[in-house]
Amino acid sequence: MTRLVRRQGWVAGLLVLFVVLLVITRLIQPGYGSGDFGSLVRAVLPYAFAVAAQTIVVIAGGIDLSVGAMMALTSVTAASMMDGASEEYALFVVPFVLAMGLVLGAVNGMLIVVTRVPDIVVTLATLFVLQGAALLVLGAPGGAVAEWLRATIVGTVSIPGLPELSAWIPKALVLLVVCLCIIWIPLKRSKLGLSIYAIGSSELAAFRSGVPVARTRIIAYALSGLFAAMGGLALTMSTGIGAPIPGPYLLASVAAVVLGGVALGGGKGGLLGPIVAVFVLRLVRTDLTLLAIDPNVTAIIEGAIMVAVVMFGAFITMRSRQS
Amino acid sequence: MTTSPLLDATGVVKTYGAVVALRNASLSVLPGEVHALMGANGAGKSTLVKILTGAIRADAGHILIRGEARDVRSPADARRAGLLPVYQEPSLIPDLDVASNLRLTDTPVEPFRAWVRELGIPDLDIRDTARDIPLAVLRVLDLARALAVEPDVLLLDEMTAALPANLAEKVLEVIRRQGDSGRSVIFISHRFVEISALCDRATVLRDGETVGVVDIEPGVEERIVEMMLGAKVEKTRVAACQASQAASPGDSRPRLGVANLRVGSKLNDVSFDLVNGEVAGVIALEGQGQDELFAALAGSIRPSGGTIEVDGKPVKFAHPADAIRAGIAYVPGDRTEALTMQRSVRENIALPFSAALRNWGPINMAQERSTVVSAIERLQIDTRAQREVQRLSGGNQQKVTIARWIAAEAQTILCFDPTRGIDVGTKQEIYKLLRELADQGKSVLFYTSELEEVQRVCDRVIVIFGGRVVDVFPVELADEPALMRAAYGLPRGAKADVGILADIHSSPVAKP
Amino acid sequence: MSTTAIQPVPFGRRLKRFMADRPLIPLIILLVILVLVLQILRPGIVNERWLANTVKFAIPLAILAGCQTMTMLTGGIDLSVGTVATMSAFIMATQVVNHDPAVAILIALVPAVLIGLVNGIGVGVFRVHPLIMTLGTSLIGTGCLQVYQRTVIASGAKIPPFLAWLGTGLTYGVPNALLLFVPIAVLIVFTLNRTGFGRLLYAVGDNEGAARLSGVRYWQVITALYVISSVLAGITGLLYIGLIKAPSLSLAEPLVLPSVAAAVIGGTSIFGGRGGYTGTIIGALILTVLTTLLTILQMPEGARRILFGLIVLFVTAAYLRIIEDR
Repeated sequence: MTRLVRRQGWVAGLLVLFVVLLVITRLIQPGYGSGDFGSLVRAVLPYAFAVAAQTIVVIAGGIDLSVGAMMALTSVTAASMMDGASEEYALFVVPFVLAMGLVLGAVNGMLIVVTRVPDIVVTLATLFVLQGAALLVLGAPGGAVAEWLRATIVGTVSIPGLPELSAWIPKALVLLVVCLCIIWIPLKRSKLGLSIYAIGSSELAAFRSGVPVARTRIIAYALSGLFAAMGGLALTMSTGIGAPIPGPYLLASVAAVVLGGVALGGGKGGLLGPIVAVFVLRLVRTDLTLLAIDPNVTAIIEGAIMVAVVMFGAFITMRSRQS
Repeated sequence: MTTSPLLDATGVVKTYGAVVALRNASLSVLPGEVHALMGANGAGKSTLVKILTGAIRADAGHILIRGEARDVRSPADARRAGLLPVYQEPSLIPDLDVASNLRLTDTPVEPFRAWVRELGIPDLDIRDTARDIPLAVLRVLDLARALAVEPDVLLLDEMTAALPANLAEKVLEVIRRQGDSGRSVIFISHRFVEISALCDRATVLRDGETVGVVDIEPGVEERIVEMMLGAKVEKTRVAACQASQAASPGDSRPRLGVANLRVGSKLNDVSFDLVNGEVAGVIALEGQGQDELFAALAGSIRPSGGTIEVDGKPVKFAHPADAIRAGIAYVPGDRTEALTMQRSVRENIALPFSAALRNWGPINMAQERSTVVSAIERLQIDTRAQREVQRLSGGNQQKVTIARWIAAEAQTILCFDPTRGIDVGTKQEIYKLLRELADQGKSVLFYTSELEEVQRVCDRVIVIFGGRVVDVFPVELADEPALMRAAYGLPRGAKADVGILADIHSSPVAKP
Repeated sequence: MSTTAIQPVPFGRRLKRFMADRPLIPLIILLVILVLVLQILRPGIVNERWLANTVKFAIPLAILAGCQTMTMLTGGIDLSVGTVATMSAFIMATQVVNHDPAVAILIALVPAVLIGLVNGIGVGVFRVHPLIMTLGTSLIGTGCLQVYQRTVIASGAKIPPFLAWLGTGLTYGVPNALLLFVPIAVLIVFTLNRTGFGRLLYAVGDNEGAARLSGVRYWQVITALYVISSVLAGITGLLYIGLIKAPSLSLAEPLVLPSVAAAVIGGTSIFGGRGGYTGTIIGALILTVLTTLLTILQMPEGARRILFGLIVLFVTAAYLRIIEDR
């Protein structure tokens, strides 16, 4: 029991924080209801995938600066492919874009392993390259998205007999949970998942335990690319277009990872914490908006929170390394 | 000797750039034997172990396992070949629980549990995270994990170091039984007590070469010590040992007073004084706390207890800058720790001049040049001041690390194994230099892994074992065999049959 | 232990060593080749006016690349330079409406100092990776600028004539911007080579542990460095707005990536400890000429970014090989 509390205490605390924030939201805006919650989840969706992408490489002891650019590229690719195409064509577009994310992520990993240039430099370079590629695909925001894809994140699920409850379960949330679980749960239970934690925790010990370090690292980046592609798709699905300029996903993902209890050194934490953290960060933004604070001031506060969180995370890492 | 060896390595060579780690090492292990691998610091033991377990690859040599040539490219390959190491640093993943660690290495859980109980840990919860488990227990778990897959050859690196006596005893018992059941163990240890109690044979390495294989029998310790030292019999002495008398007339306060110094679990209670005008030697086997002692005196790490006094005043160093201000300079053993390799000799020597905030402004180039040049000349560094440090030979690089503090006129220099891996000529120059410094009234604390250096340089020698000062020799008595015995924790004066003597300074209990 | 005897050095290795020793010569050769290609593609384009224009546009890039050079020498990077330059330019342009130009410039440099200070403390004290830290402060800075914009939206903006003169003017065919750039460049080169602070930048970047053992306090060096970098970026913003003459909220943003690329091309190691400002200046010139070339070839913006990204990656990887070979 104490072990459970110790391991999940951070996540539980975040959940409590989230609920408290929800209550505060209700206090500020008594009319805040299921519909607003639905739009919150839709807004969170791309962030959540960006965070998932970042989480997996951070657990493996790395960092991926190209998350936002990867999302931009996959988003414009999807939007421009679906532009003017039939509804069925999207059935092909979705797996294509996901595969693209997977492959580009793997390329990131291979570049790191082969060139031995630090991950932060390699992903900085790929950030530029992917950004440029996104601009080549689509010079300005545009494209389109299949209607059925849009429909998968709009509205709520209908559970017969429980209209009250089902109103609070937006389809976007279901999509998010399904997409994350499909990859994360089998991974977490497999030896591969253990290996990812192992190389992040101690590369030397992992090597000595017979973990193929290079291969595991490449796979971690490939999965990160896959999650980023999901984020790109989610972006297109929620906006209906593709935008070639990366959003503020990089810093947001790093901040949520840190806030979610994943150590920047690697090897610790899970996916749930960062996902809850990203909900918390978004809800803070909603509350600031509801308080009628200038949206630009909101951006400043948000940025300051993120920087403070990252500083705190770095400080903790430094402390643990010293002891 | 008719049975064919289980593991047979011959002619193993490994070089790192210009440095030869293994020249010609061989090791042959018979089925059912516990085989000791011995050698002084830097003899190449750990390199050989890394090669055998696939962590690094040899440049040349043959490794036969059960008579078959096997290409061990990775630790995973070594495992498949039946070769399992237990390193000094436990290789459990710190952030995973024990159960996950077992899964990661495909270790069956039930045999593991059985071994853990056997090894004297009755109440292990395998859901505990490795990071939360005390180091001593973790090492035992690492051993149990290796035993659980029933390897043909078990490689144990200083297995009993940092183990409390009761655990160590169980471990030794299990290792002995391992031999009885037909499997082999390669046992690396600094402790003669254990080796004579456990091992059947010993292979001795010196300077990357196998210099002998001996059967363990009563009285063999002397022979092993001789082999580890080699035929270094002549005792040339550079300096006279009257320095201690000449030193610091009328000054009763020691330059550096260390009392009851403790650092973590590595250094337990070290006290000594260093006076102006002397070179005090420190000798210790690897990992006995000497690294922590020097780092604490240099202000690199904070001691967890005890006091340090400089010229009679208690000091607390929070940063090396504090130690430097008190006139204490640290020359680390690893040159790459001290030098900015891509920069010039001149910049490296002048680095401490710019460190303080008030010295950030324009540099007086002419003055700096003359200071640097005189330091280069004093140390006879064979170079121009503009040359990049990374293009110098190891010996010259080492001289630069010392020249820096001579230019900065540090009163006390802490030299940590300054002659490791450098040529004989440069070594002589460094000995001479250290003596000169002492004769000028400065003080030097000199750790060395080469025992013969003690009588060449030091006025007295402090022996550290298990994080404690176990002996202080006057230099007259500090010949190599005496030092070697002291370094292994054997009491002074006991010449024969050391093996049956009790290990009086039993290993410290590791703290969680 | 033994050391290798003198043996013939293979040509490839000699070339590498030569490149590592004198990075300037191949860079100048590359610059000349690019200019020649340009001249071949568009005969007659290379004339006095083109030259002055190239220099004019290379100067802001070169100063920002100077920020990257100094931070990269310590193993860092400063991605907030674009935001800082934009901020100081925008604030100056709006404040000058109500204040004396000198006062407006001083006001404009205040946020630069603040951002630099936050960057320095984050990197030096809290040990946040400089990339993340400077990216974060640049986001905050952009937010602040947007808020600020709304408060001054009514008052309008103007560009003081002397900044326009400095940014675009020519005297006897020589860009006036050189009046600002030459002292800055001399100062940077002098700082790096002849001052204690410069020494420490190299030392900290080459081997932080060794610098520490020599008594260097990391946080002091890093904090001072990021403040200096930010102030330089602020000054660049003032010059750049004199050149572009249209204050906007993303004025200097497009210069960030090229500034990193210019420093990397100029031979400054992104891992720290090696490089210098003269190489960076040539790197900035190369990139400016390259941009002209790509424009002539009608290469889209996207392809340009890809190219810059690949340059950073390949130069860094090649650099690593040169170092490892020793």
